Formats: sequence, C-alpha cells, structure tokens
Amino acid sequence: MAAAESYPDDLLYHPEHDWARIEGDEAVLGITWYAQDALGELVHFEPPESGTTIAKDGIYGEVESVKAVSDLVTPLSGEVLEVNQKAVDSPETVNEDPYGEGWLIRIRLADPSETESLPDSAAYKALLAEQ
Amino acid sequence: VQTLRRTPLYERHTALGARMVPFAGWEMPVQYEGVIPEHRAVRTDCGVFDVSHMGELEVEGPKATEFLQSVLSNDLGRVEPGGAQYTLITNERGGIVDDLIVYRLEPERYLLIVNASNREPDLEWLKEREIPGSDVRDISDEFALLAVQGPRSLERLGLDSAPAFTFAEGEIGGIECMVNRTGYTGEAGVELLVPAEDGPALWDAVVGLGATACGLGARDTLRLEVCYPLHGNDIGPDTDAISAGLGWVCALDKDFTGVEELRRIKEAGPERRLAAFVMEEPGIPRQGMGIEGGGEVTSGTHSPMLDKGIGMGYVPAVQAEPGAELILDLRGRARRARVVKKPIYRKDD
Repeated sequence: MAAAESYPDDLLYHPEHDWARIEGDEAVLGITWYAQDALGELVHFEPPESGTTIAKDGIYGEVESVKAVSDLVTPLSGEVLEVNQKAVDSPETVNEDPYGEGWLIRIRLADPSETESLPDSAAYKALLAEQ
Repeated sequence: VQTLRRTPLYERHTALGARMVPFAGWEMPVQYEGVIPEHRAVRTDCGVFDVSHMGELEVEGPKATEFLQSVLSNDLGRVEPGGAQYTLITNERGGIVDDLIVYRLEPERYLLIVNASNREPDLEWLKEREIPGSDVRDISDEFALLAVQGPRSLERLGLDSAPAFTFAEGEIGGIECMVNRTGYTGEAGVELLVPAEDGPALWDAVVGLGATACGLGARDTLRLEVCYPLHGNDIGPDTDAISAGLGWVCALDKDFTGVEELRRIKEAGPERRLAAFVMEEPGIPRQGMGIEGGGEVTSGTHSPMLDKGIGMGYVPAVQAEPGAELILDLRGRARRARVVKKPIYRKDD
C-alpha cells in the first residue's frame, strides 16, 4: 500500500525531493513522498558502498521504477555509514513508508553547518506548490 | 504548438485517476493504480487497455489481395475471411516499416490494425504502391479499440473460446463490436473494435464485468515478458526481419518488397540477432544501453513476474544463443545477464 502524502516537520529537505533526519553528528537520508509518487512503484535501489564520501548536492545512488530511473541527491556532505538493506531487497518499502522503514542511507556529517541552508517542511511544501 | 490527440475514452481515464502521458502524438494513460498490480491483473485475471490510438486502414477492391501480397511479408493465401494474421510491411532492404495484424473481412476486403506512430507513414507507403483495383483508406478516427486480456477475460465477457487469429461480430453488454482473438500480452483475450461513439459504453461494460483498467506501462512490461517486439524499439526500418527473429512471418517463397534481401540474409545467416535476456545481477536494463561485444539493448524493464530486470537487444549472432552470458553497461556499471529462449516468461514456469 502506498503511503499518504506527508512532509514531516522534523526533517530537512532538498529541492530535488530528498530528505534528511539529523541525529547528532549523523543523518539518515531518503526520498520524499512526492518523489516516490512521481516515480511509481520502486523496483530497484542502487546504493553507494559503505565508506564512500558524498558531497552536498551530489549524486549518491539511483532508484528505479518500472518506467523511470532517478538520481539520489544528498542534501548534506558526509561518509556513508550504512545502507538500508531492506530498501535494497524490497524497494517497494520506500513507497510504503518513505520516511520510516523506507530510509535509504545513514551518513556521518562532514559539516553540520550545512543543515542551516536546507528547506524545512514548510519551505519544501512551498517549493512543491510552485511546480 | 503540438497538440496531443485524445481517444474517445479520455474522460474515462481521467475519471479513474490515470496518469496521462504523451505517446505517439496521443495523450494516453500510462497507469491507473500502478504498473505492477495492473500487470498482475492481466497475468492472473483480466485487464482492459484503451488502444484506440492504434491505426485502422482498410484495403478494398478486386485486386486487394494481389496488392497486399506484394507489400506484406506473410502469406495472405493462408487466411480465409474471418481469419487474421500477424505480418510486416517491409522495405527494399528487408527492414520493417511496420508490424501489424491484417484481418480478412471479405475475400477482397481487409482491415489492417497498425501501430499508432506508423499510421500516417503506413498509409503513405501503401498509397504510393497501390495498384489499380485496390484502394487504401485510413478509417482510424471512426473506431475505438479495447484490448481485454487475461486468463479470465472470456469468462468475464461471457464469450466462448475461439481459435487465435480469428474474429467475428459479437456483443458485449448490449454493444455490438468486432471481437478479435488477438492481443499483445501472451494471455488469452480479445481485442474489441467498435464505432468511436460506442467506445465509452463498451469500456463501462467491460470494467463493469470486472476487468482492471490497465495503462501503457503494463502493456509494455507484459509484451516484453513474452518477447513481442515493439516497433520503434526492437524493430524498425533499419532492422531486417530475419535478424529480428521474425522470419516466421516472412513467406520467402512469394514475391514481396525486400524478399530478395531477406532471402540473402537468411541464406548467409544474420550477423546479429535480437536476443532476449534476464539480468543475473541487480539493475534494470533500458533501451540504448551497450552490451559488451558490440550489442545494444532495444527494450528493457523490470519483470513483475520474475522480479528481475529483463530485456531484448541486438547482439552478434555468436552471443545470441540461449545460455550465453552478456555484460551490460548499466550507466557505467558492468552487470551480468543471461540470454534465454523466448519467451522470457511462460505461464507454466
């Protein structure tokens, strides 16, 4: 079952429809409800390897639906600590629970001050409204 | 400004919440609930597709058979009135102008149902080659076409079974239509041709009988699982019928456009062939991706039944045998696939 549309207040967002949940000096990343809805049922998550360094606004992987492929953009710089194996094995988890079970990777933040420039839920929703 | 054409069922699609996309100049539903559930509905029960964008050409006249025998690859002599045949319009190089189904309505009257994107080119091609005593007309705008496909489709429509590639007048929900025993999914089913104004009522009747509305997304995954080629992807004017694996619809013992070149290719053996493959590593092949050894993917998708990436592509003939390993370039990542015997998906697997 697809999730209902939501953009939780405790997350930070990226205009390319990715989200970050800050947990101390780490962050969990995923794609927003809007992104998974636009793509349709996900059938593949191409993750980065643990230990890879990723830079803010850079591409760290791909998700694919039957019809389309989309790059994953990281809102924040850091080192990949963990990949959500459940999203690799059952990509539809991302459609079902994009902010929970369907998270994609966990990173160690390289520069926590980067969070200051990211849109919050209200700002992201305003961006969506313009589309 | 390019405007997209709409089928007589446009309002039905939007009412069902379909995601509409441009396709071959038409605004068509790519999905309603989702590609995967729609695909499964057709494999296990019954789905309905609006394929009214496809073209209908009528060929009539005392010389209709003679004319069509000269431009179509398959032998119409094997088709009686009430019968249909999968065939190709070929060019001088043995390339494929279009693939289509020809219905013999009367001894000298035929209906050709052609790909949406080839409706105008086909008409032009046929008009240029017409002979006195044969007349070709585009009657596409007069009709809506619904494909009802899946193992329970006949039961749901209240139809008796009939041999594949036959047709008859019939009635569904009180609406008279031409009931064609054809399809593009590998499942039992029918394609229903009706006057455009009856399209919405027929759609409502079919949906009311329990068919799941299916979009072009599922149509593509279904046809690729059973290795039906898609014109514009897997076959086209620059790919010959023999290399495409369509020698079985080329009657090389009769005269038609390109037959000499096709005989030559068959005799020499094609240098490359259209192979079907299944991914053995993660990732989904897509049209245009390279295959190590000089090949290229022409169609690729995720197979809902196999839960793996699948595809077709042209590879050197030595790489085309079932069991051969292929290395695909998935956006810079080398991933293994295995050539399989067509079709990729079989019901009894």
